[in-house]
Amino acid sequence: MKIIVCIKQVPDTTEVRLDPKTGTLIREGVPSIMNPDDKAGLEAALRLKDEYGAHVSVITMGPYQAKAVLREAFAMGADAAYLVTDRAFAASDTWATSSILAGAISKLEYDLIITGRQAIDGDTAQVGPEIAEHLGIPNVSYAEELHLEGDEIVVKRQFEDYSHLVRAKLPALITAMGELNTPRYMTPGGIFDAFRAKEIVEWNRVDVPVDDGDIGYRGSPTRVVKSFPKTVKVPGMKIEEGVEESAEFILDKLKEKYLL
Amino acid sequence: MTIEDYQGIFTFAQQVRGELTPVSLELIGKARDLAQISDTEVGVILAGNNVAHLVKDLIAYGADRVILIEDAVLDEYRTEPYTQAVTAVIEAYKPEIMLFGATAIGRDLAPRVAGRLHTGLTADCTSLEIDPENNQFRMTRPAFGGNLMATIICPDHYPAMATVRPGVMVKELRDDSRKGEIVRFDYQFEENQNYFEVEEVIKKITQKIDIQDAKVLVAGGRGVGGEAGFELLQGLADALGGEIASSRAAVDAGWQPKERQVGQTGKTVRPSLYFACGISGAIQHLAGMEESDYIVAIDKNPDAPIFNVADLGIVGDLHRIVPLLTERILAERAG
Amino acid sequence: MDFSLKNEYEMARTLFRDFAQKEVAPLAVEIDENHRFPTETLKKMQQNGFMGIPFSKEWGGQGCDYLTYVLAVEEISKVCGTTGVILSAHTSLGAGAINELGTPEQKEKFLRSLVDGRKLGAFALTEPDAGTDAAGQQTKAVLDGDEWVINGNKIFITNAGEADIYVVFAMTDKSAGTRGISAFIVEKGTPGFEFGVNEKKMGIRGSATRELIFRDCRIPKENLLGREGKGFGVAMGTLDGGRIGIAAQALGIAEGALEKTIEYVKERKQFGRPISAFQNTQFTLAEMKTEIEAARYLVYLAASKFDKGEKFGTEAAMAKLKASRVASWVTDQAVQLHGGYGYIQDYEIERMMRDAKITEIYEGTSEVMLMVISGALLK
Repeated sequence: MKIIVCIKQVPDTTEVRLDPKTGTLIREGVPSIMNPDDKAGLEAALRLKDEYGAHVSVITMGPYQAKAVLREAFAMGADAAYLVTDRAFAASDTWATSSILAGAISKLEYDLIITGRQAIDGDTAQVGPEIAEHLGIPNVSYAEELHLEGDEIVVKRQFEDYSHLVRAKLPALITAMGELNTPRYMTPGGIFDAFRAKEIVEWNRVDVPVDDGDIGYRGSPTRVVKSFPKTVKVPGMKIEEGVEESAEFILDKLKEKYLL
Repeated sequence: MTIEDYQGIFTFAQQVRGELTPVSLELIGKARDLAQISDTEVGVILAGNNVAHLVKDLIAYGADRVILIEDAVLDEYRTEPYTQAVTAVIEAYKPEIMLFGATAIGRDLAPRVAGRLHTGLTADCTSLEIDPENNQFRMTRPAFGGNLMATIICPDHYPAMATVRPGVMVKELRDDSRKGEIVRFDYQFEENQNYFEVEEVIKKITQKIDIQDAKVLVAGGRGVGGEAGFELLQGLADALGGEIASSRAAVDAGWQPKERQVGQTGKTVRPSLYFACGISGAIQHLAGMEESDYIVAIDKNPDAPIFNVADLGIVGDLHRIVPLLTERILAERAG
Repeated sequence: MDFSLKNEYEMARTLFRDFAQKEVAPLAVEIDENHRFPTETLKKMQQNGFMGIPFSKEWGGQGCDYLTYVLAVEEISKVCGTTGVILSAHTSLGAGAINELGTPEQKEKFLRSLVDGRKLGAFALTEPDAGTDAAGQQTKAVLDGDEWVINGNKIFITNAGEADIYVVFAMTDKSAGTRGISAFIVEKGTPGFEFGVNEKKMGIRGSATRELIFRDCRIPKENLLGREGKGFGVAMGTLDGGRIGIAAQALGIAEGALEKTIEYVKERKQFGRPISAFQNTQFTLAEMKTEIEAARYLVYLAASKFDKGEKFGTEAAMAKLKASRVASWVTDQAVQLHGGYGYIQDYEIERMMRDAKITEIYEGTSEVMLMVISGALLK
């Protein structure tokens, strides 16, 4: 069985802080990590490897520094790793990114593709389903449990207050949620192998079958025109009134802020 | 095909087993705002099985036109049949803008539709505008884990699609006298390789409370005084649909379990609304909640450090203010 | 010469730090308070390959090197000195001795299960009357047919009672002095092999420290480790490696104390300012940092010489001497900078001070380190 896991290197947005003086994001010193939903997807693939001997490939689109997450994947137990990298791919929105990844994936054999539900920097949750659309395979999103049954995958698919038990024929694409599992640690031996025994395959523009019109800035239907930080917290107002007035004041503020 | 050929602000009316999801109405409200600037109409796509009874609600909340697709294959949500249905309607009507709720359904359906139509999709928008000068549709959304806001446009592809965060847009007031067109859309579904089976619908059993999931937290500290005081806070939490949280002092005193502790040695929370009642605001506590969107602090001591991070600070007796506030909120909700 | 640790070492450090924060740190206060051996942490370390880091894959180890193992001890000791020594005593001493001197059969039988995560190891040299004077071994081993019969007591043995496999030293020929000492492998559960009570200690309280009691304990003659009469050399050689592990533990404890102190002094306000604004605090922190960095490179140097197959005994002694003294001094300063809070259990810094002290004592006291280093200088 062949599994492809799409992973992404992201800044650890839980560590990002606003500069209180300038109101801008402090990006230096923010560690880069493997996107948590993707790591859960990788762990799911590795469990299928443990149980069924599946072959696990990981693929990422990014700059050279993204090799770090591919190595991490090797250190956790992945068998093969692909870095899809080229200047031409930069500034791609989800359409372009999914087109590029689908093009790259189409060069490989697969029974199952796993992506994370969403990345903690982009937060769109779009790339996984769009890859499935490009490849013409079913996608089951928000997987909170999954197991294999012959040539079908059975997935517990999460909605807000209920779940579906879905059965899909392979090949299929699953998007994994962080809750799917607790990913294993790398092993020290795995880390040494990742640097000394395993090779990352690098694919540039010429290696990926995708139209020029579908990549990069020109190939992106959406574009960002502005980005700005959320407003910084400053101490608000303080009042010292009677009980009635205080309760009224709070109520009014809650209504004003649509918090009621 | 040029932009002039695309007309209309369309929304997807999400329903689950015949019940409209609240965001569907919020979308129509927003679509009406946009339609006014664009001088066009609001179309609502309603897909499902035996859902015709929802049409009147959609019109009462502002739909100029409801395009209804009913078929047994649309009974429970599945990606492919719904994608086929929505794509077909969009191709037939060519709206300039198409909105979905950013729900578990919307965030699965919208990318598949956008992929099929080769158009742009912006996720989880908290604000949508049309610039009246150049008719540019601007979608603003949080990124970077919520630390950054980005404004996005989709200039050359149609429709411009967006999923919209529930609870942000405002629905119109219901007006049953409103008139709208109802169109029954006929579509031949094609069972292709993208189909899968839904074997079972599993309702969620109530899970363990995790204060980190709560959107509203009412937290109490030493100033609450005891379990009786926490009961007052519980009343407020219930009225707001939130959860109780606690400072370390109250946990150590045995008034609350450790799972509800917020702070350096407890949990870090980021709710939309955080009430800090009788909490002095030691650094260890602030570390766990200062990222909350809106903080209301109630404490007797005007110099309590909690007031340095509160958006609204009330100096007063929580034992009297909280129950009165609870009463007022319940009255507001009922009215 | 490139002093930075890149690539696999950087990633390994991240792994150990991550594990330490998630799995080890949350238990540190409790296991210290209850003198409780962290069985659950040991299991997790075993499952993740941490107990076999520098050992060859041929024997089920991870195939990394001593430097990688040092990083593991360092990162873990930053948050918990106890867990650091459990790892160190097992790796450098218990498994280390068998790795150096075991026959292929012994490695298959004993080393494999130690390094592939199934069993815990220990090393038993110290006796009531033989500490620094390790040569004064009273425990006796007598060959009787196909078996060695061991009689005697060992004290202050780390991992005792929890470990499955013990490298035990005993006198096989009293008349030959240090050349009459031999090394043996003894398994827990062997009749005649019992444990004393778990000592209550000043620090590293979660670590098991017990007496080993041998009364006519019979082991197969195949369990002789190395050659008869060569045991003292085994002990000294193994301890050389162990010193690097303890130096790493001390380094970690010192670093953990400094990290906590820096956090604290930025938040603690007195006289209207954080105490980090006062020059006394700043200068003390600078001294702490400098001492730690000096110790660090001695530790990494010793490990690196070990990995290159070069003689490393003097470097190991210097590393342990320096790192242990730095740990004691840094933690003492750290408590002082914390003021009253430094004395309170929940703030953890007092535990680090208690944990630090033993690093100046076990696996060769600082005085022994001075003997080793001067011995090398004056050869």
